[in-house]
Amino acid sequence: MTENIKILIVEDSQSTRSMIRSIIEDMGEEYTVYEAENGYEALKILPTEDFNIVVTDINMPDINGLELINFLRTTPRYKDTPVIIVSTERTEKDIQRGLALGAEAYITKPFKPEEIQETINRVLQR
Amino acid sequence: MSSKKEEFVSEAEEILNSAQEFLLNLQENLEDPPPDDINALFRCFHTLKGISGLFGYDSLQKLSHTLENILDDIRLGKQPLNEATIAFLFKYGDILRKMISNPEKYEDISDMLEEIEEFRKGSEDAGTAAPGEETISDEILRVLSEYEEHRLRENIKKGKTIFSIKTTYPLADFDTELRSLTERIKKFGELISTLPTSEDIPEGHIGFNLLLATSRPQNEIEKEINTPLSVIHKGHREASRKKPAQPQKPATQAMETSLRSATTTVRVDIEKIDSILSSLGELSLIKGAINRIESELIDYFGHSSLIFDIHRINQTLSRRLLELQSLVLEIRMVPIGQIFSRLGQIIRRYSRETDKPVQIHVYGEETEIDKFIAEEVVDALMHIVRNSIDHGIESRQERLNAGKPEVASITLKAYQKGNHVIIEITDDGKGIDTERIRKKAIEKGLISEDARPDRSELIDLIFQPGFSTKDSVSEISGRGVGMDVVRDRLSSVGGFVEVRTEPGKFTTFFLTLPITLAIIKALIIKVGEYTMALPMTSISEIVLIDRDSVQSIEGNPVYNLRDEPLPLINLNRYFETSSKGSSYVVVAGIGSKRIGLVIDDILRSEDIVIKSLGSYLEGIKGFAGAAEIGKHDVVLVIDIESIIEETMRKQTRIGYTNV
Repeated sequence: MTENIKILIVEDSQSTRSMIRSIIEDMGEEYTVYEAENGYEALKILPTEDFNIVVTDINMPDINGLELINFLRTTPRYKDTPVIIVSTERTEKDIQRGLALGAEAYITKPFKPEEIQETINRVLQR
Repeated sequence: MSSKKEEFVSEAEEILNSAQEFLLNLQENLEDPPPDDINALFRCFHTLKGISGLFGYDSLQKLSHTLENILDDIRLGKQPLNEATIAFLFKYGDILRKMISNPEKYEDISDMLEEIEEFRKGSEDAGTAAPGEETISDEILRVLSEYEEHRLRENIKKGKTIFSIKTTYPLADFDTELRSLTERIKKFGELISTLPTSEDIPEGHIGFNLLLATSRPQNEIEKEINTPLSVIHKGHREASRKKPAQPQKPATQAMETSLRSATTTVRVDIEKIDSILSSLGELSLIKGAINRIESELIDYFGHSSLIFDIHRINQTLSRRLLELQSLVLEIRMVPIGQIFSRLGQIIRRYSRETDKPVQIHVYGEETEIDKFIAEEVVDALMHIVRNSIDHGIESRQERLNAGKPEVASITLKAYQKGNHVIIEITDDGKGIDTERIRKKAIEKGLISEDARPDRSELIDLIFQPGFSTKDSVSEISGRGVGMDVVRDRLSSVGGFVEVRTEPGKFTTFFLTLPITLAIIKALIIKVGEYTMALPMTSISEIVLIDRDSVQSIEGNPVYNLRDEPLPLINLNRYFETSSKGSSYVVVAGIGSKRIGLVIDDILRSEDIVIKSLGSYLEGIKGFAGAAEIGKHDVVLVIDIESIIEETMRKQTRIGYTNV
């Protein structure tokens, strides 16, 4: 029995969310996926579990991905929770800002299932 | 995967729906478009692009990507937002809507992509992003997205003050609290960013740092939101500074009045009106049922005060229903001028293209017609005016040679006649060459070589399917649509077309259209063992049949009506029903054509709502649809126009070969 790995997906598109979920769930039974539709929801879910990884979009209403990353990095409890940005190449500047704020990795949409899986594996090994 | 695809379609549809709403809102606020809406619209196309890509719908992804580019330019201030852009985006919203239900079908979208890129280049503005302001600290800038940073700079450029608002909420219910605060804040200006923070925040709580751009004074906002503000950047435009004596009131009042729309008009989908009409139709049926019950009650119990009560109430109901009916029908009515102005554009364009200058005269543009009918026939009208310019009007030189003014004229005229609207389209061109029609008709096998049809019969031939007098396909009218389509289109709404022409002088098309399609009065009749409905709109009189007046001319039955021969159609023979003895001749006339319909019996008259027969019975001739009458009986509604057309055609053909 391997250790349970909890991943939070923050993404406002329902179909993107469920696609990422099924990609991650394909990786094995030890992966448990949580979904947040926006920054608000993410902030509510975050304290309820100890997440191994947060996967977030950048372009979201009200609280965007950058603001979320900044919050994670500046809050002691989440300081070390790795963040993967999933965004489009249009937000390249924003991705750079996200990495500067302390995100671990980024994936651009559209992505292949392997990209998600490989990135998650890589981040987990660190 | 198919359920995933469904998920995709439903999300894509949702996205397009909200895109449409944002567009509508932006259209209404073009002078000062709310940046939040622009950004939301950008996000719509952005998300659509994202999910299309994930699902491998390349064309959809590319298309939404190029549209997203336009919106990105707009939201970053690189491109202006105007009517044209809105219209353009509406158009592509519709295209995307069609695409999402079947994304694989659209492979070649290069034309569209090109159009969008063209559009983007065409409306590119010289003014690029605002130059940076140095007063904002990096600490703040580094967590803003590119867009947020742009909005911040824009607001500073406009002289707005940037405030920072710090709040702390318990983790349990921060979202409702924060939402209510941001709603209140947004009344004062633009909320640029919402930054969550845990620094210096007690356990079990969460803090937020909000950035607000506004021109309102600090104390006013603080009072409203009950939270202290700190200034990040001081703007030079503060609303209250100008008139300290009368602080905010006049400003808010002005804002309130200006928010009201200047018009009291609402746009309503015609389908909604249709459904009201259809409910009204059902109500009419119920009224009919009450009528019937009333008379049955009288039969059973004779007249009593209770029955009189029902009678009175029923009469009031009838009156109110009629009122309601005409009110709703009025909503559907549009002045024909709307159609005429569109025709005018077509005429001007084709007159330029063909170098045949045309002056347009319009009469009776205020005549009203049912919107649905107007839209159904507008293409037919367009075809007629194209024909007039192409075939009717001569070239400049020909006109001068014929001693006519160089500038031709086309007259569009509309007027009401009974329950019909007549539209006349006249050109002062060379008229219709009947000799050419004759040759062509023989060539196409429409008439035999020895047939001697008269002038009006020859002119009628232009409405035959496959008839066209131009040998080569012409630029304008020769687009594979013949005059037969014009006639079909008109008869689909219960109208018809006639032509009058004089060689060398003019051609006039007379289009007769019903004013409305909705509820009509009909005669409930017996044809053989069947009950049918006959619309009253084209009935002029009913006579008891007088056997001696039935005669035959060239093998065709006619009825001698006050010494005038009236072509007769026996509906029993037409519908192949078995008659128990015919007793009436219904005289129906449309336009200059009059005809007698032989029927068995007349039951009563009733208001009916014609429902389409649907695609299964499309091929059946002679019926306009079905209607519910009396005690939930369904009867077929006779299509007088098509019966007359068909019979006339048969008889003339027989006539030709007989001679």
